[in-house]
Amino acid sequence: MTAQHDADATPQEHAVETVDRGSAVTQSDSFSDPGLPPHKPRQTDIHPAKEKRAERQVFLWFLLSMAGSVFAIFAYFAFPITEEDFGSVRINNLLLGLGLSLGLLGIGFGAVHWARQLMSDVEISEDRHPTHGSEQTRARAVEIFKLGDEESGFTRRSLIRNSLIGALALFPLPAVFMFRDLAPKQDAVEAISQTPWETGTRLAIDPTGTPIKASDVTIGSAFHVIPETLDSHAHDFLDQKALSVVLLVRMPEEQLHETEERKGWSYNGIVAYSKICTHVGCPVALYEQHTHHLLCPCHQSTFDVSDGAKVVFGPAARPLPQLPIAVDDEGYLVAQRDFTEPIGPSFWERLDHIDDEHPESSARTEDRA
Amino acid sequence: MTTTRAARKTSFTSKASNYLDERTSISGAVSFLGRKIFPDHWSFMLGEVALYSFIAILISGVFLTFFFDPSMTHVTYEGSYVPLKGIGMSVAYHTALDISFEIRGGLLMRQVHHWAALLFVASIGLHMLRVFFTGAFRKPREINWVIGFLLFVLAMAEGFTGYSLPDDVLSGNGLAIINGMVKGIPIVGTWISYFLFGGLFPGTEIIPRLYSLHIMLLPAILIVVLGIHLVLIVVNKHTQFAGPGKTNKNVVGSPIMPTFAAKAGGFFFLVFGTIMLIASIFTINPIWNYGPYDPSPVSAGTQPDWYIGFADGALRLVPPGWETEWFGLTFTWAIIIPIIVMVGFLMLVAFYPFIEQWITGDKREHHLSDRPRNNPTRTAIGAAGVVFYAVMWAAASSDLMATHFHVNVFHVIYVLQAALIFGPIITYFITKRVALALQKKDREIVLHGYESGRIVRRPGGEYIEVHEPLDEYERYRLVTFETYEPTKERPNAQGRISAGVKIRGALSRWFFEDRITPVTQSELEASKHDH
Repeated sequence: MTAQHDADATPQEHAVETVDRGSAVTQSDSFSDPGLPPHKPRQTDIHPAKEKRAERQVFLWFLLSMAGSVFAIFAYFAFPITEEDFGSVRINNLLLGLGLSLGLLGIGFGAVHWARQLMSDVEISEDRHPTHGSEQTRARAVEIFKLGDEESGFTRRSLIRNSLIGALALFPLPAVFMFRDLAPKQDAVEAISQTPWETGTRLAIDPTGTPIKASDVTIGSAFHVIPETLDSHAHDFLDQKALSVVLLVRMPEEQLHETEERKGWSYNGIVAYSKICTHVGCPVALYEQHTHHLLCPCHQSTFDVSDGAKVVFGPAARPLPQLPIAVDDEGYLVAQRDFTEPIGPSFWERLDHIDDEHPESSARTEDRA
Repeated sequence: MTTTRAARKTSFTSKASNYLDERTSISGAVSFLGRKIFPDHWSFMLGEVALYSFIAILISGVFLTFFFDPSMTHVTYEGSYVPLKGIGMSVAYHTALDISFEIRGGLLMRQVHHWAALLFVASIGLHMLRVFFTGAFRKPREINWVIGFLLFVLAMAEGFTGYSLPDDVLSGNGLAIINGMVKGIPIVGTWISYFLFGGLFPGTEIIPRLYSLHIMLLPAILIVVLGIHLVLIVVNKHTQFAGPGKTNKNVVGSPIMPTFAAKAGGFFFLVFGTIMLIASIFTINPIWNYGPYDPSPVSAGTQPDWYIGFADGALRLVPPGWETEWFGLTFTWAIIIPIIVMVGFLMLVAFYPFIEQWITGDKREHHLSDRPRNNPTRTAIGAAGVVFYAVMWAAASSDLMATHFHVNVFHVIYVLQAALIFGPIITYFITKRVALALQKKDREIVLHGYESGRIVRRPGGEYIEVHEPLDEYERYRLVTFETYEPTKERPNAQGRISAGVKIRGALSRWFFEDRITPVTQSELEASKHDH
């Protein structure tokens, strides 16, 4: 079936063709073009009655379009939105939209029907020409460039030409620097490596801000937590919240696997972990009580809260940072200190900001896990 | 003649035309463009859908700018949507709610804008597939392919910046993911994120900044690039499928005035009308259900708009633990690798025309669209690419697939991870074989005619089905295509075969080793004598 062709077959009518054909095969006895098939007249071309009918149909579409547009205006006033009534929004949306749709579709169907049934459908052939300009215009273009060069001395006067290139290369540079103030003067890495958690900051319920008593945390429960002091950040509330949100769970102490270094970080089986995923920073919000798994709804990274929040599935590479907690004199849960490592997604300079006092507790967790 | 001249003097249109031409020389443009021929094929409408949905986006978008305020000033909601009353939010979210609940037709325009945006990117994608599979990207249209690719990227950028503007929980989470991805870029990532968000995430700068990009910079670039795209279509003229009377040297179809103008103009109204109909019946992006952005809550089953899905899916398919710490620096492979894969994939798409031309060495102009079967390797590569994209895209819904089909989400990911690697390979081979088989079928039909469905009993008792020969027009359609053969690796002047020539030779063999040539006249003659 697969016919082999001699690549060196004489290119018959293509002899004048100077453009490289590459490895295209030249067919020696291919079929000749029979030309356009004879035109078949449409029903509307033959029968005046059908032509008349098509005309009426087009008219009807345009008439419907007008009706639709008028209805849209009517609907705009007749079905207003009333305060606190979601239903009125839906009705307004639906009827106004249907009117507008009819206004548009009527024109569309009418015009296309007109074109297909009543306008000439005789196929017309137009010649193509090579895309490049004619030899004459190409020669003229070359000449113009030469004249330009001669008259300006662009090639000859290399000193001023090169200095112009230098000037043109430098002039946009200030614009690049002007974008420095897109962000505050503070160092980026410093800014994202600290959270509002401090020694003694009470753990509070998100979003009410009510401090949490250790005795109120029952086994199996989970709390979405913010620092009690978060409200003091008026101007950057969301930024600080994005750094400091924590998920707190309590499980039977015997189910909690803790490393030696972190023995003192929990209280009565209560552990607190940053809620910001170490993958790309979605809130890790889905807690499955009986497996102690914490699932990120964005990319399904799954962390085992009973085992240092290590990654059990998904694209995250590191465990969630743990917030060391304790209980104050009044029985409220408090932070022992800030996180020992930056929370959230990894970044280039991350290791510079791991607390040296707890080297074992942070980045190397994965090795132990 | 005198009557027409007299008519020209009196009619208002002719007076107006004359007035205009004397001041603008517009008759030149009319005579150049007026009877320009456009070929007709349903697949040529996909680009038109993209263009018309873009116009719908512009119109609805301008309406929305009159009412939307991207300010991040904190306010308390006092509007008419009861469940959110008294809740603190940004002005951006508040005005987005007001557009939906206070302004008549506001919700409709929001939905038109969103639906049209979804359709815009979708139709660009389908349009690109049409151009790819028919080889319409070949010389002289390679540059226009790259320009079209730019439009695709710009459309996605417009989509994403727009998606982020209402400052609801979903859009904020989208930005959180962008923040995480940017931070994973080596060396500069932390600072790029810092500059982008004007400090810490989420900050108060990002939405006004995205708004400037969304309504000013990106549309301006898009319109300019789109203009160049359209001008080049006029310059290059449209491709057409090969057939009787349709050659590489002509273009057959209907003239702009009046038929094509009526069809295309009517089609604009059909596209806009359809978008309007969808927007009036189907809710999209009900931001009031999500609430204002807060870094803490997130709902399960969150998904980006469909065209960002492939990027989100690429992130999900990464296995655990892809991160290394070298020299005290963090290399977040879980981000870097998907970015490289996606950018690499897109670059292959953008530069494919140049790669294929290098392999074939064919420098001629091509104005005839290939039927996909007639270039089996290209078609197979395209199909493999579609599957690769589709797997990444499907991965963005891994959790929804798990909940809808009651399977373990981890297993869904494992299956998709395997599919990402093996799916394209399997698809490649199947597609190539199917294309070759279809070509064989074409040869069969040309040589032995088509099955007439008429069974005849021969005098000897044998039953045969009568095959009818094709008419010359139908036959020409099936035999008029070009094939290539593998290039011969010829030594250069020094008598050596360079590495480039070898690679090209290998690629050429891969492309054209299995090929089927069109039926020739002598073959047809020979087959007739067989009977």
